[in-house]
Amino acid sequence: MDRGFPSLRSEAAGAVRTMLASAESLQLTLKPELSQEEQALTHTNGKPKETHKAGNEDLKEMLESNKESLKLEAMKRVVGLISKGKNASELFPAVVKNVASKNIELKKLVYVYLVRYAEEQQDLALLSISTFQRALKDPNQFIRASALRVLSSIRVPIIVPIMMLAIKEAATDLSPYVRKTSAHAIQKLYSLDPDQKEQLIEVIEKLLKDKSTLVAGSVVVAFEEVCPDRIDLIHKNYRKLCNLLVDVEEWGQVVIISMLTRYARTQFTSPWKEDAVFDENNEKTFYDSDSEEKKGPTEAKPYMMDPDHRLLLRNTKPLLQSRNTAVVMSVAQLYWHLAPKHEVSVVTKSLVRLLRSHREVQYIVLQNIATMSIQRKGMFEPYMKSFYVRSTDPTHIKTLKLEILTNLANEANISTILREFQTYVKSQDKAFAAATIQAIGRCATNISEVTDTCLNGLVLLLSNRDETVVAESVVVIKKLLQTQPTQHSEIIKHMAKLFDNITVPMARASILWLMGEYCDRVPKIAPDVLRKMAKIFTTEEDIVKLQTVNLAAKLYLTNSKQTKLLTQYILNLGKYDQNYDIRDRTRFIRQLIVPSEKSGALNKYARRILLAPKPAPVLESAFKDRDRFQLGTLSHSLNVKASGYQELSDWPAVAPDPSVRNVEVIEPVKEWAPSLGKAKQPKSDAKFYSDDEEKEEEGSERSTSSEDDSSSSSSSSKDSDSGSEEESSEESEKTSSGSGGSSSGSEKSSSDAESEQRQKKKTKKRTRKPAASDSDSDENGNADQASSSATESSSESESDSGSDSPAPQKKAEANTQPKMAVKSKKEVSLLDLDDFSPVVTNAPKPSVISSSLLSDLEGLSLSNVSSAVQVTSPSFGPVKTYELLHHMTGKGLAAKYHFPRQPCLYQPSMVSVQVILTNNSDHALEEIHIGERSPASLNVHCFNTIERLEPGASVTVSMGVDFSDSTQAANFQLCTKEDQFGVSIQPAVGELLMPFTMTEADFSREQRNLQGMNETSATVTMATANTPRQAISKQVLSVANVGAVSSSQDNMLRFSGRTVSSKALLLVSLDLKDSSAVLLTINTEKTVMASMLLRDLTRALAQA
Amino acid sequence: MIDSLFLINHSGDIFLEKHWKSVISRSVCDYFFEAKEKAVDPENVAPVLQTPHHYLISIYRDKIFFLSAIQTEVPPLFVIEFLHRVGDTFLDYFGECSETVIKDNVVIVYELLEEMLDNGFPLATESNVLKEMIKPPNILRSVVNTLTGGSNVGNTLPTGQLSNVPWRRAGVKYTNNEAYFDVIEEIDAILDKSGTTVFAEIQGVIEACVRLTGMPDLTLSFMNPRLLDDVSFHPCVRFKRWESERVLSFIPPDGNFTLMSYQVSSQNLVAIPVYVKQNISFLEAGSCGRLDITIGPKQTMGKTVEGLMVTVHMPKAVLTVNLTATQGTHTYDLATKVLVWDIGKLNPQKLPNLRGSLSMQPGAPKPEENPSLNIDLKIQQLAISGLKVSRLDMYGEKYKPFKGVKYLTKAGKFQVRT
Repeated sequence: MDRGFPSLRSEAAGAVRTMLASAESLQLTLKPELSQEEQALTHTNGKPKETHKAGNEDLKEMLESNKESLKLEAMKRVVGLISKGKNASELFPAVVKNVASKNIELKKLVYVYLVRYAEEQQDLALLSISTFQRALKDPNQFIRASALRVLSSIRVPIIVPIMMLAIKEAATDLSPYVRKTSAHAIQKLYSLDPDQKEQLIEVIEKLLKDKSTLVAGSVVVAFEEVCPDRIDLIHKNYRKLCNLLVDVEEWGQVVIISMLTRYARTQFTSPWKEDAVFDENNEKTFYDSDSEEKKGPTEAKPYMMDPDHRLLLRNTKPLLQSRNTAVVMSVAQLYWHLAPKHEVSVVTKSLVRLLRSHREVQYIVLQNIATMSIQRKGMFEPYMKSFYVRSTDPTHIKTLKLEILTNLANEANISTILREFQTYVKSQDKAFAAATIQAIGRCATNISEVTDTCLNGLVLLLSNRDETVVAESVVVIKKLLQTQPTQHSEIIKHMAKLFDNITVPMARASILWLMGEYCDRVPKIAPDVLRKMAKIFTTEEDIVKLQTVNLAAKLYLTNSKQTKLLTQYILNLGKYDQNYDIRDRTRFIRQLIVPSEKSGALNKYARRILLAPKPAPVLESAFKDRDRFQLGTLSHSLNVKASGYQELSDWPAVAPDPSVRNVEVIEPVKEWAPSLGKAKQPKSDAKFYSDDEEKEEEGSERSTSSEDDSSSSSSSSKDSDSGSEEESSEESEKTSSGSGGSSSGSEKSSSDAESEQRQKKKTKKRTRKPAASDSDSDENGNADQASSSATESSSESESDSGSDSPAPQKKAEANTQPKMAVKSKKEVSLLDLDDFSPVVTNAPKPSVISSSLLSDLEGLSLSNVSSAVQVTSPSFGPVKTYELLHHMTGKGLAAKYHFPRQPCLYQPSMVSVQVILTNNSDHALEEIHIGERSPASLNVHCFNTIERLEPGASVTVSMGVDFSDSTQAANFQLCTKEDQFGVSIQPAVGELLMPFTMTEADFSREQRNLQGMNETSATVTMATANTPRQAISKQVLSVANVGAVSSSQDNMLRFSGRTVSSKALLLVSLDLKDSSAVLLTINTEKTVMASMLLRDLTRALAQA
Repeated sequence: MIDSLFLINHSGDIFLEKHWKSVISRSVCDYFFEAKEKAVDPENVAPVLQTPHHYLISIYRDKIFFLSAIQTEVPPLFVIEFLHRVGDTFLDYFGECSETVIKDNVVIVYELLEEMLDNGFPLATESNVLKEMIKPPNILRSVVNTLTGGSNVGNTLPTGQLSNVPWRRAGVKYTNNEAYFDVIEEIDAILDKSGTTVFAEIQGVIEACVRLTGMPDLTLSFMNPRLLDDVSFHPCVRFKRWESERVLSFIPPDGNFTLMSYQVSSQNLVAIPVYVKQNISFLEAGSCGRLDITIGPKQTMGKTVEGLMVTVHMPKAVLTVNLTATQGTHTYDLATKVLVWDIGKLNPQKLPNLRGSLSMQPGAPKPEENPSLNIDLKIQQLAISGLKVSRLDMYGEKYKPFKGVKYLTKAGKFQVRT
């Protein structure tokens, strides 16, 4: 490479000399030329141009004056012209003279001008070159860099050799900033003259070896632009880039990550194999050994991840916490394309976080989530609620959220989703309402349990006032009916009835098509519809006409007696239609169905042609095929291959030799500039601090601060007092915690009780805990332990550090230390599971959920006539988990159940139960299903057989049990392939209820009807005086699944519900007589239930 | 990467253009105008558009479209994030980001854009670095400059550009050393008709204002860091220490910045500070409707709710409103159909109520959906999640700074469906 230098240099110098000479001569002749041109312009263009010219004349004078300030002022105005897109090119000669000005601002503005117009005035631009060449040798790195920037931005082909020279020199500059600039210049030169590619690649190769974080990003951009296929250049630098990544500036991170994604796909084997075994030990040894000695290729049968592959995943993970959304997205796509399946879900949380960002960011992120959620529902299911639509979202965001919700729908959450959809259908944004209807259709086809429910709901929508809604419903119903046409003649009849009122052509056409397709199911109605159509045929839209002809033909074949004349009439009308498509179709149909001499062989097959069974349309996501593009790319966003898009290659079957990445010595990365790096090793950190502390000791009044944390903590707390705001906040908090003391106390005790229960049962399911009690208990705890209990707090932080997973700690305990430690450990393992097993749903099921789905969808008929009483959703959803099968008795299969208090999908008289099955054994369990039940009459809706449950995995299934309003246990057998275990579900009486909304007036009326022997009451003495109403109602709601009734009286609490099976009304009222006593009254026909509930409630309230 | 930038105002005039590579004719914007026309509402314009030769990526903020033209594949978020960074920089320099202010400072804007991108790739986006190169405008300096011909542009390389603490400049000096932190939490919630929480979560940010001399190294720790579920940090925060010790350790940028943003674990029940009793109904026959809204405190942790405001986007058919409020003022914008009820401080003894009738366009069909209510509120001195800062330590410098923490809770996207 260096051999070429001298010759190149002389060549370049020669070229420049000749150019400068010619430029000089140009400059001499320039003045008259320009003025001539101007004259010509003024003559031709008339007045307005003249004034403009005059203005520029003025500028020219200013630029040529001797005063710096005038020149600067003129340049500012010139820049103003450029920014508005006005042409200022005729000032070029005047401006370019100032390129060597001493005034830095003037100089910069001249640069701006030069870069903008050099391409148009190449000859003149050459005048400035020598100035830049001089500046390239300047001792100030800033000036060297900016000279190179401008020089390389002047798009004049003749200076290519000079640029090449300058780039090569700058690439070896001592200053990383100049080297960075040279990396940028590489791309500029390449776009100016692609023939320089080979030489530029040499420079890139050199710069790739650079150890500065400043250069890394820019050189990778150059690499991607100039030679993205030269993967071999990366090998030696791969590990260095991975290690530098965290410290590279954010924009560089994005390009490096996307380049490494491509690299990794060519160099490593797929981690997605079915039988992948992840050898923790292998990973561990890698982590431990900092020596860069690598083992040979691990191509043994069980898949083992290449350590370099792991290095990339490990080093990119922290970047998920970046504030730059582009960085987060690029890490997410890296994990999606490179990580083993069970690790991908670590990116979920960060992606969901991005949804808080600007609207445009949301748009892109939602698009990517939509693609991801098709393949991996489990990843985003726990965050389903983050995709709920707000009425203020722009339409494109709404539709994307809808898309994702549809993708996430499954048997367990469909009722929640449909309830949400019900709100959307009523949206004022009609385009969005129509999209919702399509989404309902997709849910209906995907989840067979709700098909009928959805269909009925959609039929109700047919009587909507809005045309687009109706039209969309018809189209979706058509598709749904096609998928299962068996028993829906009722719906077809209903649609026929509505036919006259529907005006949207697409909807009318769809109905006609349905009539024809299923004419054998509605033999009486179809001919009548045809008769109506014959009358108005000529006024219809083309699409409707075509379907009318279709319908006529089909009816002619099945029922020619009644429709022969009608068909002929319609065919005649069609024959003379203005549209040639319709004329064509008519001619074709006539030949096909009406027998005549000419019609030939096809006639015999008319029936088979027209009435052939048609495959049902598949309703699928619009994002189905987007996974062919790399996530996060422009191509993915547009669903079109953008120019310059680099395909991700498939994993190689056999990994290429990993030793190419070996580098002899890898020095620890050092920045040469300042010493203030991000301290990495805790060790060096400590040293750094203690040094400072020593200094402090000498200098400041903090004479005691050389000790451990405890004293410095107290001093710092003193410090923080000086911030007056903090003090006042603390004070006010104290008072608030004082006043709210009793409430927090009660809450705490309740939460204690909860945790005890949990410990007893060793359940992992977490219950939700109100944030209020959280903070309160925390405050109390800290207040008790006084401010200077540094030992306490430090040990707390130690236990914190024990759990170094970044995932949430769900609860801040005010408990004793050992207990907390145990708990935190448990939680960590739980969280790990959460992080790494996407399909497992151990996130809490939504506890605030829909009420009866059926009644919801009845509500789809947008009439605002609400019935006086309606079922509501519970306002509080405690999730108490009970054990169904212990893993010891279940030979490794453990089962727990809870009542999600969700209306049962399968039958309204059933109580829905969610069962969490966990495999604690060391082998996979197969064919888990429900076997015999007793009593035999027990009505149970079983979950679908679980084909396979991997060791350590767990799965949540929902089932329905009809307890017929008794607390008698439901006994059944839980079977696996080998074994069967008898289990029983014993419902608490409160779970046999459904909340029911009514007004206060309704409540008292119903209560009056249920007096006498239907009334049970008791007086309860509360454990603590003055329990707040909220705490009481929370207790009630935790015991029984009832709904609160708004009350006008302060001392009355009312709740109402219905029994699930027999729908008998049950009313609970609490009269808060004095501070500690409560009169509890239950009114219901079911007296047995009343007494049982009374007992449960009394117990709960007495404890509260 | 980014080839050209066009700034376009609300009515569709291009008022600034800047090219980093070859000049792209502004006619490329016509495709964008077409899309804008179709979308009606500027917020509905798709951020990414395709034209025959270019790709257009745009953002809309402060009534200005930032439209970038691109020729090759580039991650769209990369461009979007950068465009927002440009907007943030304008805000930082000029105090606002509007058409007039950009036009007034066009030279500085141009100098900034020149420094921020080189050949379409971001060069310097840190506010501290930029401010060392190009000084923000102020009256005194502009007067001096016009008199002496001095300049706004520095001629040395900012120290931040070279170090790996690019966010902080060297040689900062203050007479009063102070570090203030604001913990600001927003409640995002959707409540349904009956007041049940459909969805609620808490998002927080810690905004910092640090004016400290020299190169201080700060450590901020929390009483209850476990509350924080998902976090994202300013690049200055050392992630490793957060992972191992759950403390924020950082060398702060100089001035105002966002230290971190976080999300409170969704497992915690979110306290909803107010409840809303509402009844909005449209009568089938007569062309009128009724509205009755009452707001009361729910879980406020003993603090007062301030800045309470209710915004309702009425259906198109609602012509005028005739309402009386027991507290605060209400306005109804006839053009946009937005009803705003500015309540102010919430008095738990006397709950604010707004009731009255709505008059509808005669003959228009009854709206199918009741409009949802958007609630805005503020609670001072309270972080609703219960997050508390326990202490701030400083290493590396000898002086003793003033420190302070402030808490604030706000309503984010707080919506009540009716």
